[in-house]
Amino acid sequence: MTSTKYLIIGNSAAGVGCVEGIRQTDPQGEITLLAKETEHAYSRPLITYLLGGKVDEAGMAYRPADFYAQQRVKTLLGVEAAKVDPAAKTVTCADGQVIGYEKLLIANGGKPITPPNLPGSDAPGVFTFTTWQDARDIEAYIAANAVKEAVVIGGGLIGLKSVEALTARGLKVTVLELAPRILAVTLDQDASDLLAGALAKAGVTLMTNTTAQRIDLAGGKVSGVTLPDGSQVAAGLVVLAIGVLPDLSLVAGSAIATERGILADERLATNVADVYAAGDVAQALELISGERRSIPIWPNAYRQGFIAGVNMAGGEKIYEGGLAMNSVEICGLATISAGVTSPPEGQGYEVLTKLDPKTKNYRKLVLKDHHLVGYVLVGDVDRAGIITGLIKGRVEVKGLEEKLLAPDFGLISLPSVHRERVTAGLGVWS
Amino acid sequence: MKRIVAKEEYCMNCRLCEVHCLVSHSRSKDLIKAFRQERGEIVPRITVERLGAVSFAVQCRHCDEPACVEACMTGALSRDPVTGEVTHDPQRCVGCWMCVMVCPTGAIRRDKSGHVAAKCDLCLETGTPACVANCPNEALVIEEDND
Amino acid sequence: MSKRLVQAEFNVERDPERCIQCQVCVRQCSNQVHAYDEEAEQVTCDEASCVGCQRCATLCPTGAITIKKAPPDFAPDNNWTSDVIQNIYRQAETGGVLLSAMGNDTAKTSWWDNILLNASQVTNPSIDPLREPMELTTFLGAKPNAVELSFDDQGGPSLATKLAPQLVLSTPIMFSAMSYGAISYNAFESLARAAGQYGTFANSGEGGLHKDFWPHGPNMIVQVASGRFGVDIDYLKVAAAVEIKIGQGAKPGIGGHLPGEKVDERISQTRMIPVGSDAISPAPHHDIYSIEDLRQLIYSLKEATRYQKPISVKIAAVHNVAAIASGIVRAGADIVAIDGYKGGTGAAPTMIRNNVGIPIEFALAAVDDRLRQEGIRNQASVVACGGFRSSADVVKAIALGADAVYIGTAALVALGCHLCQKCYTGKCNWGIATQDPYLTRRLNPDIGARRLVNLLRGWSHEIKEMMGGMGINAIESLRGNREHLRGVGLSDRELSILGIKAAGE
Repeated sequence: MTSTKYLIIGNSAAGVGCVEGIRQTDPQGEITLLAKETEHAYSRPLITYLLGGKVDEAGMAYRPADFYAQQRVKTLLGVEAAKVDPAAKTVTCADGQVIGYEKLLIANGGKPITPPNLPGSDAPGVFTFTTWQDARDIEAYIAANAVKEAVVIGGGLIGLKSVEALTARGLKVTVLELAPRILAVTLDQDASDLLAGALAKAGVTLMTNTTAQRIDLAGGKVSGVTLPDGSQVAAGLVVLAIGVLPDLSLVAGSAIATERGILADERLATNVADVYAAGDVAQALELISGERRSIPIWPNAYRQGFIAGVNMAGGEKIYEGGLAMNSVEICGLATISAGVTSPPEGQGYEVLTKLDPKTKNYRKLVLKDHHLVGYVLVGDVDRAGIITGLIKGRVEVKGLEEKLLAPDFGLISLPSVHRERVTAGLGVWS
Repeated sequence: MKRIVAKEEYCMNCRLCEVHCLVSHSRSKDLIKAFRQERGEIVPRITVERLGAVSFAVQCRHCDEPACVEACMTGALSRDPVTGEVTHDPQRCVGCWMCVMVCPTGAIRRDKSGHVAAKCDLCLETGTPACVANCPNEALVIEEDND
Repeated sequence: MSKRLVQAEFNVERDPERCIQCQVCVRQCSNQVHAYDEEAEQVTCDEASCVGCQRCATLCPTGAITIKKAPPDFAPDNNWTSDVIQNIYRQAETGGVLLSAMGNDTAKTSWWDNILLNASQVTNPSIDPLREPMELTTFLGAKPNAVELSFDDQGGPSLATKLAPQLVLSTPIMFSAMSYGAISYNAFESLARAAGQYGTFANSGEGGLHKDFWPHGPNMIVQVASGRFGVDIDYLKVAAAVEIKIGQGAKPGIGGHLPGEKVDERISQTRMIPVGSDAISPAPHHDIYSIEDLRQLIYSLKEATRYQKPISVKIAAVHNVAAIASGIVRAGADIVAIDGYKGGTGAAPTMIRNNVGIPIEFALAAVDDRLRQEGIRNQASVVACGGFRSSADVVKAIALGADAVYIGTAALVALGCHLCQKCYTGKCNWGIATQDPYLTRRLNPDIGARRLVNLLRGWSHEIKEMMGGMGINAIESLRGNREHLRGVGLSDRELSILGIKAAGE
């Protein structure tokens, strides 16, 4: 058995964040990082860009090639962690090796959801799309089979990014979305409509309120999908983009508490001593609700990893809470949304919207008790971060409602305390 | 850490900082060519805001814990641990606008030509930032804080 | 509405090859000459409102704008000039009094230009101020008729005569009275800071001294004028000297008027009048109808300041200036300031500005002569003001008899004033003569003070050069030394009043 001071499972945003957090506090302590995937730390969201040809393999690197060497991190890539034993303070790997740790970060991410009752979903030509390897596999499959048409099941973020990549490769794409609109979780109806318009313009077929009943095969390979109404859509490739779930396999049966994800407190520590969790696998504080929720987005993963790292190394840093937010640009139309975007009726939310049909610029703000809790911007998304900052900083915006909707909204309208803090470079929290 | 500080009491809303920032980040580096041929593609990385008599310029504040760096999925944005400068590598940027989404001062803009983020780089190539060098009223100054 | 007959005074030329539509001019012109036409995506202009302040031309990053004087091409006439005709058009439209600002712009002659300085050749050596000490330190205040010394046991001397309080200037140049209200807070601060940095004095004008400026008190002369704005015991105590303002060269015989719209919260505190109320300075001091009355005020102020501060009296140069000055000295003033007819103002009726009062050159020579003749020249210092444009003017004034000069217009020009003469509109694009918060921020006092100090440094250096050329190494030796002056192109009568010889004599 080998042992290490810090053990990090996962080699994405949270893992890298953790390394940087530890090193800020403890420049020397031994760090070991292991990950199932063999690649150097890469940017997972870029896999669709890679497939679409917008970045090359070299452009996938999230940190320079010598990053881990510079940070004095021992990496075990291609080594899958199988079991965490918090009592013994060891991690057992799939290849049998056992690694002892003083502090452990679990940041192994999520796993794609595959529909349990979809006939044909394990056939060649059906892919999930969350890893670099997936991108390579899809690319190879398209080339080998001269695929011209594809179906993407799921009109969420991964689905739409897949659409963009496949469209860029010249495929004719059909999107199936179970909900009445795309990006149903993050966007409201108006914003969805604007994006749907952009998709249509790019030649994408969008079918809502429906999903695949069955994946059709021909010659052992995908040939299309059949919908619940019996109609068929021809496709040589199917991408399953229904969503991701925290991958809890590592901690199953251990004393580490989980709900949807691994429960982490404001220091990103789990209920078990010296074990921390961050990123898509974690379920930590959500800013607006004050509850612990899983928010599988890149900025949260990095920040959680970083804060976990600081705390693992003996520092003191508190996680302020995550905020669900996303930036998507589909077919040239940029959209940024954060927080509560489609608030329930009658719970004291105030919604302000402004749509310019000519420019396709759309702004929607959701407030509660004179505080912003969410927004959607479509088209002119510049300076969205100011609004994000108001949500994160819980800045009262009473009297500013009209200004918030104006396209030239800026810092100058903000309460001076908040303005001075952010312009001093102290960030939203100080 | 070098920071550009805006003295709001002396900002007179001329917006020459925007003009010269744009030129400084143009291909031609020439006022007239930059505006005639490149405007619309490139954007100034500094924004003057005005409300009534008050105005001030905003550009990257080089935050101590930059939200943009945390949010950047490609690693194009990074913070130099020695100088504290937040730098952006357009070669690695794919224009996902996550930084635009989180920058609390709204200092990162979309450069439409290259489809990459554009932010203040302190004109590191040329020395003095163009906005500071060309502010007619010294409302923009470089301050060095030593922490 | 009938057609206006007044024509534009300036042409605004915009070079389409250079204009980049950046709209800096649009944002900088307080007269709305430039505007941006969103539809045409082009900057347009309305020349009729242009005052020729050159703000746009100066800030235009590509130099695309040229402002040119546009004299309407009326039929050529030496009497009925275009200015005269346009003025009549204006009055025929409004029935009002013509207003102007800054100094008299009609005088064809500056007598300073007809006076030339001497330099040493062969018979006496000139002095290089870079190699040898050169003294510009100037003391303003009453000097004793005679000096008595006392000696201690070892025979060491000490001054027995009690000296009157003195202002000590590092150079014989001060900033003349410009009130906060007439000029902006930042302009006032620039002057006060520069005076302190260079070791001279700024004058508060008649509008009081805001508490923010009290730290500059040791370099401030504060005024007591007919409106008595801002005058209380603290105001007198905080200053280095007090000046009773009787008159002003730009508008002798009339008072002043700061419109209520300029009286904001800060000016209200400074002047001690309600926000928004007009600040009216009466033409006379209502308690001064004689030299005896003036003496009472002088001694009231001396009492109030415990005889620790010089008291100055400022008058406009008018016909009987020598006799008046004599009376002022006899009334107990430590300093007499005389403001010539080219002195500036924030607002004056044009006819008064251009036609009332006499040139400082003659007034100064006459006053110096008279005080000497009466044997009281030592009892007060004489400060000349009104249109000093350069260090040469200053040297000539000192040789003519002044102890020091006040500069006003030159100081404002150093701050960026382009002499558009529209101070009274309150829309000064240079942030100097305005209280509009959008405009006042254009004058950064860091820059303003630096530029003023540079001006003082430059002029002082030139004064030393000119003195050195004459073989003089102390400003004291230049004072009243009219032998170093010669007149050219002047009549015998002019030469005799100026007390100087003609060139060649």
